[in-house]
Amino acid sequence: MNQSDLKYRPTHEWIRLEGNEAVVGISEFAVKQLTDLVYIDLPAVGRQVKGGETFGEVESVKAVSDLYAPLSGEVIAVNDALVDDLALLSSDPFGKGWMIKIKVTDDSKLGELLHPQAYEAHCEAESH
Amino acid sequence: MALRTPCYDWHVEHGGRMVDFAGWDMPVQYTSITDEHHAVRNNCGLFDVSHMARLKIAGPDDSQFIDSLITNDITGLKPGEIRYSLMTNTLGGVLDDILVYRFEDDFMMVVNASNREKIIDWLARHQSGFDVVVTDMTFERAMIAVQGPNSVSLLAPLVADPIASLKYYTGIKTSIDFSPALVSRTGYTGEDGFEVILPANKALVLWEALIASGAHAAGLGCRDTLRLEAGMPLYGHELNESIDPLSAGLGFAVKLDNRHFPGSKILGNVKQQGPNVRRVGLELSGKRIAREHAAVLKDGADVGEVTSGTFSPTLEKTIAMAYVGVELATIGNDLQVDIRGTGVDAKIVKLPFYKRG
Repeated sequence: MNQSDLKYRPTHEWIRLEGNEAVVGISEFAVKQLTDLVYIDLPAVGRQVKGGETFGEVESVKAVSDLYAPLSGEVIAVNDALVDDLALLSSDPFGKGWMIKIKVTDDSKLGELLHPQAYEAHCEAESH
Repeated sequence: MALRTPCYDWHVEHGGRMVDFAGWDMPVQYTSITDEHHAVRNNCGLFDVSHMARLKIAGPDDSQFIDSLITNDITGLKPGEIRYSLMTNTLGGVLDDILVYRFEDDFMMVVNASNREKIIDWLARHQSGFDVVVTDMTFERAMIAVQGPNSVSLLAPLVADPIASLKYYTGIKTSIDFSPALVSRTGYTGEDGFEVILPANKALVLWEALIASGAHAAGLGCRDTLRLEAGMPLYGHELNESIDPLSAGLGFAVKLDNRHFPGSKILGNVKQQGPNVRRVGLELSGKRIAREHAAVLKDGADVGEVTSGTFSPTLEKTIAMAYVGVELATIGNDLQVDIRGTGVDAKIVKLPFYKRG
């Protein structure tokens, strides 16, 4: 898959826009930082998520991390396979490890999201 | 600036994620906590525990001096024997949990890193009248824990004297790479293993030799999951100055007959009346981890507090330790833990969670 069509939040969520729908997950960098994932909490289909606000949480042996929605919208699909098997997140964070699919209702936060190169620089800075 | 062990550069070069621990820059993990955990249970893990404080206590009154300050009786120890003990304040609260090593000529005390200065100060304040010298050896020595079923076969070839026959909680003064080393059959993982204390400038040689023979570097992250499975208390979590050793379930290390030490009288009363709270093990339903300070509930009412929790890699269950009122502290009791607003079922189970076969 081409990751160049993804946009990122500084908090490591990615979003892939497909028309007025979008898929959301977390980056490989985030998964590598977390390690030892034990639990994920995702919203139910039909729920509204708001850009910049939490839509769930992912827990590792070390800590609980909030998940932030890059844009606002209605949840139209949830990756139930991921809830059952968090290894999908470690093995394929940008593919089979996707979290939710939303119908975008407000993309005003789009300008705040990072392009792949800017995100890479952000990760580089964070790991030092 | 944070303190660094002699193996600090090695940790950083090998992907160690360094975190502050009691003022030391220590590796929490190199790969994953789970992988390192399994390496200790199934093979051999290496822990840099050089941050632990090592105090040499020597002089004509060394034995009486130590005996006057700790809950366990060390006066009968033979050279080479080691004993677990608590040090308590005048109210019976735990100042630290320690190991006392007896040798021919002196004693050594291994103290938690977070309590090093407090214990050195406490010893100094109680030293008058005793002909004894306390020396902090923490910075001139390093300490490496070699833990897991393959520890003997990996470590023995590097040690001048045989170690396979060493009994649990005994140690020998020997040598490694022509330098003096203390090797003891002790650890904090619930697995067979050794702890080695050696000159700081020899630590890396031993560390790299063990890695070369197949040991895995293991960080503080899995040290915590391992000790939790083994039901061992951690100072700052299960133990602190307002918890007494009997409530903590450490009565085996509290000897009160004809002995006087700070807090001994109060501990005598606690023993007679029975403690009000008990440390228990909890097995939780689901995958969410009960973190320190999470409330323990019974029928919605607050009846206790979680002190540590994790997902047990060996048992593949969510486990925790907690203090609950003594009337509820019965194996098999069904309670709940408040995990960020949700009541999660938790059953009291026997400690330790894991015992090696």
